Amino acid sequence: MRELACDLLVVGAGPAGIAAACAAAERGKKVLVLDENPGAGGQIWRAGTHAPPRAAEPWLARFRASGAELRSGCAVVEGDAARQTLWAQDAEGLLRTRAESIVLATGARELFLPFPGWTLPGVLGAGGLQALAKSGWPVRGKKIGVAGSGPLLLAVAAWLVEHGAHVAFVAEQAPLGRLARFAASLAFQPRKLAQLAALRWKLRGVPQLFSSWPVRANGRAHIDSVELATDGEPQGFLVDALAVGFGLVPETALAEQLGCALDASGAVAVDAEQRTNVERIYAAGEPTGIGGVENALLQGELAGASAAGDARAAHTFARRAARARRFGRALERAFALREELREMPDDDTIVCRCEDVRWDAARELDSARETKLQTRCGMGPCQGRVCQPALHFLKGGRADRRRPPLLPLTLGELAELAADRTTLEHETSR
Amino acid sequence: MKPRALVIGAGIVGAACAAELARAGFAVVVLEAAHPSAGATACGMGHVVAMDDSEAQLELTRTSRSLWEELLPELPENIEATRAGTLWVAADDEELAAVHAKHAYYLTRGVNAEIHDQHSLRSLEPHLAPDLIGALRVPDDLVVYPPCAAAWLLALSGAELRVGLAVERAEARRVLLHGGVALEGDLVVVAAGEHSLPLVSPALPLHGIKPRKGHLVITDRAPGFAQHQIVELGYLKSAHSHDGSSVAFNLQPRPNGQVLLGSSRQYDRTSDEVEPAMLRRMLERAFRYMPKLRALPAIRAWTGRRAATHDHLPLIGKVGAEGPWLAAGHEGLGITTSLGTARLLSSLIAGTTPPFDPRPFDPQRLCAEASHG
Ligand SMILES: Cc1cc2nc3c(=O)[nH]c(=O)nc-3n(C[C@H](O)[C@H](O)[C@H](O)COP(=O)(O)OP(=O)(O)OC[C@H]3O[C@@H](n4cnc5c(N)ncnc54)[C@H](O)[C@@H]3O)c2cc1C
Ligand SMILES: Cc1cc2nc3c(=O)[nH]c(=O)nc-3n(C[C@H](O)[C@H](O)[C@H](O)COP(=O)(O)OP(=O)(O)OC[C@H]3O[C@@H](n4cnc5c(N)ncnc54)[C@H](O)[C@@H]3O)c2cc1C
Repeated sequence: MRELACDLLVVGAGPAGIAAACAAAERGKKVLVLDENPGAGGQIWRAGTHAPPRAAEPWLARFRASGAELRSGCAVVEGDAARQTLWAQDAEGLLRTRAESIVLATGARELFLPFPGWTLPGVLGAGGLQALAKSGWPVRGKKIGVAGSGPLLLAVAAWLVEHGAHVAFVAEQAPLGRLARFAASLAFQPRKLAQLAALRWKLRGVPQLFSSWPVRANGRAHIDSVELATDGEPQGFLVDALAVGFGLVPETALAEQLGCALDASGAVAVDAEQRTNVERIYAAGEPTGIGGVENALLQGELAGASAAGDARAAHTFARRAARARRFGRALERAFALREELREMPDDDTIVCRCEDVRWDAARELDSARETKLQTRCGMGPCQGRVCQPALHFLKGGRADRRRPPLLPLTLGELAELAADRTTLEHETSR
Repeated sequence: MKPRALVIGAGIVGAACAAELARAGFAVVVLEAAHPSAGATACGMGHVVAMDDSEAQLELTRTSRSLWEELLPELPENIEATRAGTLWVAADDEELAAVHAKHAYYLTRGVNAEIHDQHSLRSLEPHLAPDLIGALRVPDDLVVYPPCAAAWLLALSGAELRVGLAVERAEARRVLLHGGVALEGDLVVVAAGEHSLPLVSPALPLHGIKPRKGHLVITDRAPGFAQHQIVELGYLKSAHSHDGSSVAFNLQPRPNGQVLLGSSRQYDRTSDEVEPAMLRRMLERAFRYMPKLRALPAIRAWTGRRAATHDHLPLIGKVGAEGPWLAAGHEGLGITTSLGTARLLSSLIAGTTPPFDPRPFDPQRLCAEASHG
């Protein structure tokens, strides 16, 4: 099997991964960054047919100058923590990568909650819609509704406006009062306030609804209208597409597979220098809790400096990172999902797309785990990547644990991988 | 008032016992530490199969299979019951001889079976390696989805299900829960799978049941890839080596087109992680029998634990004169044998003529085995 060795392996080339790679490479470390997507930038900075946002440019330039090597289109499929080895898959097949230390910067996934009509074509994840648009899907002149929760909604709506879409509404489930208190708490963070003001300005004229969530998406072969409940009042909008997202959930699959412990909120537990409980494995950015770009950059820089052995730099970053983390927690509280969202699905609403499971089959079951066993919810090819976070919200508990492979591999590749793991185990036990 | 039966464990065996006891007129309460199908029942393959490692095993599996057969018309769709049949494939002359011997034996015991040569085997299962020289087809073997089967049996029993209750001790008419709480009944059945013996020790030796780890892998849908549950006959040679581990080719087509691949056998494993070395061996074994498997997308690998006894037969009967009833230790056949187990147990409880010779299943044999070392 092909093998690559380096000092630091970074998984994920989003802001956290880029910052970690820069920090370590600038301190003379040989750094390899793996990302399954094409190009650097992660969810928010990835360039498609549109140029990356201006905020990204200095970082992307610094990344290019740092000497860190990026491998795109390279998905990590398994790891062996004791041997600091990750296996990845690219166009040519499987690849073994080894390093002194590993930074997990795998980002987050959107949380989709099922409601009637959410599986209609034209209903997309907020982040998903943006990604689609970046890769060429035309938004100009389209009437698009944005619903769900979290700061991502405003960012996506603003982006859509900038690119010529007609944003019909932004429906935020959190109550205005709670968000206003949160905004007030930003008084000492002028940059955050300025960002918020800029978003607001871009969205002037767009109806911004609070305590509002989708009740039903209508349409035959494609969504043509959506019904919202705003403060309990029904409200209808004609739309060409609906972007929904109820926030983000930390992407912890690889971390769990490597044996990293999670905290009570389901994020990877880290110490003040981003170390997980597994020796020489760090986590940075959204896997450790949803906190936004600045948080991700700080954590990345901190992890990179710490992995490169620069204790002094790590110490300075640690203080700033702690503040950013507090901001992340406050954000989470402000946008906490309300109980009523558990009532969104009706009997016919599909909760698991892979296995076509409807809510009436799952409603009465006690836990996420039993729902999986009794209805096959989450057993399909996506292994619950979409439905399990929703089921966790709707039912509580976890449906299952991570099992290999992290991404579908052919049985032949799975055997090849298992054989290589065995070989490595033999080599290192001698 | 109906007599009250307490059943410990809501796996397939506890569920089947609950259904049978309810039929016999008991008011049944099922006590479950976690939730229904939390143990081996969620992890295994659900092949309902006649097996003849011993005379007693064939009696139990054959009886059980016909009980499943009787239920077929009633089973809801989510149990995914199919009459897939089993193909026991032979790779060499020795195994072909075993095909013939098994065939002759099955016919004397009223188990339908037919021999296929290399040629007709190809037309039955085109993806099998061309050098396999023959097979025994057992057309009446079934495939079910165990967690839903257990849930259905529980519902059928009308039993009161109490979840989140871990039993610490089981006696003839009483169970003790954590914190000294006791529940009384007219009889108690221990069906806690691999965790059964601690509830009745020292009446039975703790190590009378040993977990035997198995690996499985499931693929994405590949409709039509295989029609039968396909098992290598080498299974007979490899499966029961008490020392060391073994793998055998065992493939199950799921009704939705997925392919479920087994399996491995290992004693003394404390971790339930997927082990690369075992996974590799198991997959290589499968590729030898069906090379085209290599190209199918795998979506999940996992492991499960079979509750094994020294003689590979379950423990069905009373624990001593003063103890509770026991139904555990079903190793790799508990989905199949749950129904026969429940039928036997209920006849032992009622004192009616058992459906087959109960002696090979008597739990007391563990004491004899222990004293022999
Ligand atoms: C016939 C059959 C077909 C199947 N088909 C499929 C299929 O198509 N696709 C599929 O995906 N699976 C399938 N399964 C497998 C099944 O859902 C489980 O994978 C199986 O029950 C055992 O898997 P596991 O050991 O990985 O345990 P899991 O199912 O992963 O369960 C692990 C347990 O650990 C607990 N747990 C794990 N992590 C944590 C944590 N961090 N904190 C707290 N608790 C935790 C969970 O609550 C759960 O109870 C099938 C099973 C059978 C019997
Ligand atoms: C890899 C593999 C493949 C298999 N393939 C097949 C097959 O193809 N065909 C077949 O027939 N069989 C197969 N089996 C075997 C079958 O799965 C088991 O024999 C069967 O599930 C055992 O059922 P059970 O009810 O005895 O135990 P379990 O399913 O383990 O149930 C025991 C229950 O008791 C509960 N419990 C435990 N302790 C306590 C306590 N103290 N208090 C209260 N409750 C408690 C547990 O939570 C659990 O729910 C396979 C098994 C494995 C592992």
